[in-house]
Amino acid sequence: MRRILIVGATSAIAEATARLFAARGDALCLVGRDAARLATIAADLGVRGAVRTATATLEVTDYAAHADVIALAERELGGLDTVLIAHGTLSDQAECEASVDALRREYDINALSVMALLTPIANRFAEQGFGSIAVISSVAGDRGRMSNYVYGSAKAAVSAFLSGLRQRLQKSGVNVLTIKPGFVDTPMTKDFPKGALWAKPDAIAQGIVKAIEKGRSVVYLPWFWSLIMLIIRNVPEFVFKRVKL
Amino acid sequence: MTGTSWGRYPQPRVQRLLTVRDRDAALPPFDGTALPHGNGRSYGDSCLNDGGTLLCTRGLDRFIAFDAERGVLRCEAGVLLGEILDLVVSQGWFLPVTPGTKYVTVGGAIANDVHGKNHHVAGCFSEHVNGFELLRSDGSRRWCSATENADWFAATVAGLGLTGLITWAELRLQRVRGPWLNSETHRFGSLAEFFALSAASERDYAYTVAWIDCAARGSAAGRGHFIRANHAPAGDGPRPSKRRLAVPLTPPLSLINSLSLRAFNALYYHRLRGRVQHALTHYEPYFYPLDAIGGWNRLYGPRGFLQYQCVLPPTQAEAALTELLARIAASGSGSFLAVLKVFGERRSAGILSFPRPGATLALDFPNDGPATFALLDALDDVVAAAGGAVYAAKDARLAGARFRDYFPAWTTLQPYLDPRFSSGFWRRVTE
Repeated sequence: MRRILIVGATSAIAEATARLFAARGDALCLVGRDAARLATIAADLGVRGAVRTATATLEVTDYAAHADVIALAERELGGLDTVLIAHGTLSDQAECEASVDALRREYDINALSVMALLTPIANRFAEQGFGSIAVISSVAGDRGRMSNYVYGSAKAAVSAFLSGLRQRLQKSGVNVLTIKPGFVDTPMTKDFPKGALWAKPDAIAQGIVKAIEKGRSVVYLPWFWSLIMLIIRNVPEFVFKRVKL
Repeated sequence: MTGTSWGRYPQPRVQRLLTVRDRDAALPPFDGTALPHGNGRSYGDSCLNDGGTLLCTRGLDRFIAFDAERGVLRCEAGVLLGEILDLVVSQGWFLPVTPGTKYVTVGGAIANDVHGKNHHVAGCFSEHVNGFELLRSDGSRRWCSATENADWFAATVAGLGLTGLITWAELRLQRVRGPWLNSETHRFGSLAEFFALSAASERDYAYTVAWIDCAARGSAAGRGHFIRANHAPAGDGPRPSKRRLAVPLTPPLSLINSLSLRAFNALYYHRLRGRVQHALTHYEPYFYPLDAIGGWNRLYGPRGFLQYQCVLPPTQAEAALTELLARIAASGSGSFLAVLKVFGERRSAGILSFPRPGATLALDFPNDGPATFALLDALDDVVAAAGGAVYAAKDARLAGARFRDYFPAWTTLQPYLDPRFSSGFWRRVTE
């Protein structure tokens, strides 16, 4: 049985992942902004087989509140061995180009709050000598593109942070997983026209659980994004800068 | 979530799709009219709203509570029956009533008051619904059950989604000892034999249904297989095949035509060696044989198909069925799987509920244009003359006057219709 903390638990990918954990009989602490929706999801996970569920509300940019939420999760679940960080916003690129406040807010939510949460969690896991940290980054972090480089660069910061953290925690027996989903059909992307590259949250969730189980380091979900991003990363800059992506 | 129906006819031109994800939230804002849309398994236009909005309910797919002692399940309206089975069968429970596909939502099962092979003992789906919450476009919410807001319950059961959005429901499940069924298949040579087998089986078998060879003519007409079954006692049985076939694309023409039809039906009839065959079957292939072929509806080609399901009162059933089968066989059209069943005497509370005492026949027709529509109109003449009715959930072409004739109580529904809800079907048969 895993004792799992999920931050951003009302997101579609997180909820789909939580259902898979619940069906296996794990214990889950769900953290998000909306108490009513958290309660709805927790009840569903209980029916699906979660041995224990707890919920806590948190505004991730309220850094002072992080420690209490992590302590609550540990107390409610009787310890922690798995953390999934899944919160985020799909930044409005145009707004971020026009407003430094918007830029800072997006970095706060998508980058800094993630690193801030992981800092005490990493220390705790290092101390206890086991644990699994999984974070939803994005393929958008692999290379900045004009259409969403604020979001992309925030995710790039997260990916780089995780890669360093992974090296650091390697010796402590703690796994760090960077999850890079491609296009996923969720409420966050409801205004986008959907094509063949779009995946359902269920498929992403299965990939996440499998990667956590296997102790993987980086996964692209679905897998074909590793090929797409391999190409995108390797386009020379003098070509890339002339492309509209 | 494509905003189409299972028969792929008619094809809506303009429809806005809005996903509902939070049962406690207000309905999303929409212009014009809206219609709840579950998993799109209704065949015709009763789940479509051309020119308006569909409120897609698959976002409401959460369980709320399950009492594994009493078999009472609360869940949101977008949960699929198959998702319920995945949860409850291992805990010794089963759906009290299930249609021929597990890919329907709970809300859809209520809004069409679906029935199954056990209608003669269990009645319709709604008889096992303790209650549900109905959310109207004016923001009001009602708990509807047989005792509370019973008039709203009767209007919403089989109400085709027109009385408001069902957000969640409480269901009573039936106890089972495992996932298997003991089934017996009997070959029969005539409708008279079918009715005799059905009558003889009703008392001792929870599930009775027949496959009928709709392409057979002359002395072979009315032949088929009668299948009766009960849930098996505890023990071990075969697991369902994990392999799932799928129809990956729509062929340019229907693969189901008079040639393939006659060949398939004749082979299928003679597949059964001897007159009786016993089997221990997992519930998946027993109840949901077609669910194993993903997107089987595409086999009918880009023009789609029409399903026709009628019910004929007991005294008229045999004569009217003989006439229907003769017309279908003469047309050369029809389907691989024509299904025949005798309903029980129980009537559901639903004002527009389809099942009534008598025999029900269901089959598909590839959409071959005017010839198909003319054939179905001719079948309606037979059904109407016999005092029968046609199932709205399957329909895409019924004339308005016929519908109002089949369901004279439809006017009773009017005070309960949500003024901002409508469907292609409803406009077609009432305007």
